[in-house]
Amino acid sequence: MTSVILTTTARLLHPVLLITSIFLLLRGHNEPGGGFSGGLVAASAFALHAMAHDARQARRALRIDPHVLIGVGLLTALSAGVMSLAAGAPLLTGLWTSVHMPGLGEWAIGTPLLFDVGVYLVVVGITLLIILCLSEAE
Amino acid sequence: MKPLLVLPIILPLAAAAGCLLAWRSRVAQRVIGVAGAAALLVAAVLLLQSVWRDGVQAVQIGRWPAPFGITLVADTFSALMVLLAGIVGFATSLYSLASIDARREQYGYHALMNVLLMGVCGAFLTGDVFNLYVWFEVMLIASFVLMALGGERAQMEGAIKYVTLNLMSSAILLAAVGVLYGLTGTLNMADLSVRVAARPAGGVMTAVSMMFLVAFGIKAAVFPLFFWLPASYHTPPAPVSAVFAGLLTKVGVYALIRMFTLVFTHDVAFTHGLITLVAAFTMLSGVLGAAAQSEFRRILSFHIISQIGYMIMGLGLFTAAAVAGSVFYIAHHIIVKTNLFFVSGVARRLRGGYRLDGLGGLYRDHPWLALMFLVPALSLAGIPPLSGFFAKFALVRAGLAIEGYGIVGVALVVGLLTLYSMTKIWSEAFWKPAPGNAAESPAPPMSADARLMLVPIALLALLTVAIGLAPGVLLELSVRAAEELMNPAGYVTCVMGEPS
Repeated sequence: MTSVILTTTARLLHPVLLITSIFLLLRGHNEPGGGFSGGLVAASAFALHAMAHDARQARRALRIDPHVLIGVGLLTALSAGVMSLAAGAPLLTGLWTSVHMPGLGEWAIGTPLLFDVGVYLVVVGITLLIILCLSEAE
Repeated sequence: MKPLLVLPIILPLAAAAGCLLAWRSRVAQRVIGVAGAAALLVAAVLLLQSVWRDGVQAVQIGRWPAPFGITLVADTFSALMVLLAGIVGFATSLYSLASIDARREQYGYHALMNVLLMGVCGAFLTGDVFNLYVWFEVMLIASFVLMALGGERAQMEGAIKYVTLNLMSSAILLAAVGVLYGLTGTLNMADLSVRVAARPAGGVMTAVSMMFLVAFGIKAAVFPLFFWLPASYHTPPAPVSAVFAGLLTKVGVYALIRMFTLVFTHDVAFTHGLITLVAAFTMLSGVLGAAAQSEFRRILSFHIISQIGYMIMGLGLFTAAAVAGSVFYIAHHIIVKTNLFFVSGVARRLRGGYRLDGLGGLYRDHPWLALMFLVPALSLAGIPPLSGFFAKFALVRAGLAIEGYGIVGVALVVGLLTLYSMTKIWSEAFWKPAPGNAAESPAPPMSADARLMLVPIALLALLTVAIGLAPGVLLELSVRAAEELMNPAGYVTCVMGEPS
């Protein structure tokens, strides 16, 4: 059964949840947040979609197979760790560089952020894989 | 080269991620799975070579200094274990190509196998007790899924026992790590080695060491904690049970040897005396249990237990020669036991089951397979000139050197009983005429699949023969591994840096 209230709310909340998840991801380096909680929030956006419509619709909205998300996430996190090997430092050593962004000033960008992005993707992938499989099995 | 130390963890992870990316394509997953295992094998050979040349190596992950961050350490023992994991991993992935069904492959069999290998290698390489727990979990979670993948009724029954007991062991391990941290304020094994030695030897430390003994003892399946093993190892498909039988219990043995040579050496008379006693009972109960079985893989499962007894016997005797015997035994056993499970899988493919009364006539129909069974089987029983003879010989000689006549006697009797079990499999599965009308009809030729399954079996059998004909190489490696284990000063200096 689809409810108009739920579908409308889900449509409105979808972008809000996704933006919140990115916010949490970026905030995570120094303050509460990070790839894990950000990933959970992003997954909840699609889970809400699946509840409002159905699992097939949610898969379509996601566009990417959750397995691929997990794989890409693992490789992203791994590459963040391996980059330091190329720089001659032990695995997973944080490498930093600063980037000047017009209007935003100096930004420090480092491999820990890349690692967190990997975690984010893995969490989104694995959470949705479980949720979508379970709701399709109903 | 420092990157070598992390490669055995990175490569399987990359292969697992690759398998996930190729989720839709079964062929791509098979290629990536085998390539990952092959790459691991190559990295492991290079690592062992480098450790042999330059001695113990350590790397501080993330450049956090030693007692605070996570350290990866490779001494000869670790590097040898990683190499064995590489060999078993590669052989199993080849074997799986022929014997794992499409459905299991679609549900991520190859990705899981690589995650399992990553967990095993991580456990061998880590120099941090909590990290060791984490690698155990990585390995166990992958193994839980591999155990249950396919969802057959018998598999589920085995998986429930396996998961329950292993989770209990993990809980005990975690509690033990917590108490140890509370007592010493560190988790780094090298640092622990120093701090435990500096404390007055007391009952509390012995109690903690017993918690570790129970936790790793469940994982290694020693007496009286082994009962989950024969209840579960015969349920999954042959390549899965081969890799479990070959590698997983040995990770528990590895952890026991590591902790009880590096950290808990404060009350050797009690702790190692107890380990020797446990070893004797483990050997006996395993081999007697096997005598009562009549299913191919259940016999082999009980034999894992009795063999585990030999491995920790060397640790219990606690001399350099005895520990070297243990290391040699582990290397020999991993190769031989994996191979025997492989053979059982081929027997099932040819005859449709694992029960000995349904098998038969395999020697008449497939003499090469019979020969390739005979090599690991006789090696397991310790017949010269195969690898098992030298493994048992090293242990027995080390036992006689310190006049441990009781345990040596048990070891010899158990060797004889092992031969009895192997003879039983031989005469039932290979020698006796095939049951029913199959006896008269000419043997159908082996399918291409079954012939592919023979490739890894032949490779491992050749390795067994090679170790038997030239035991010097492996013996030198084990002696050096044992010297490093018995004198942890080099290990500690390598991890912590020179004392300032």
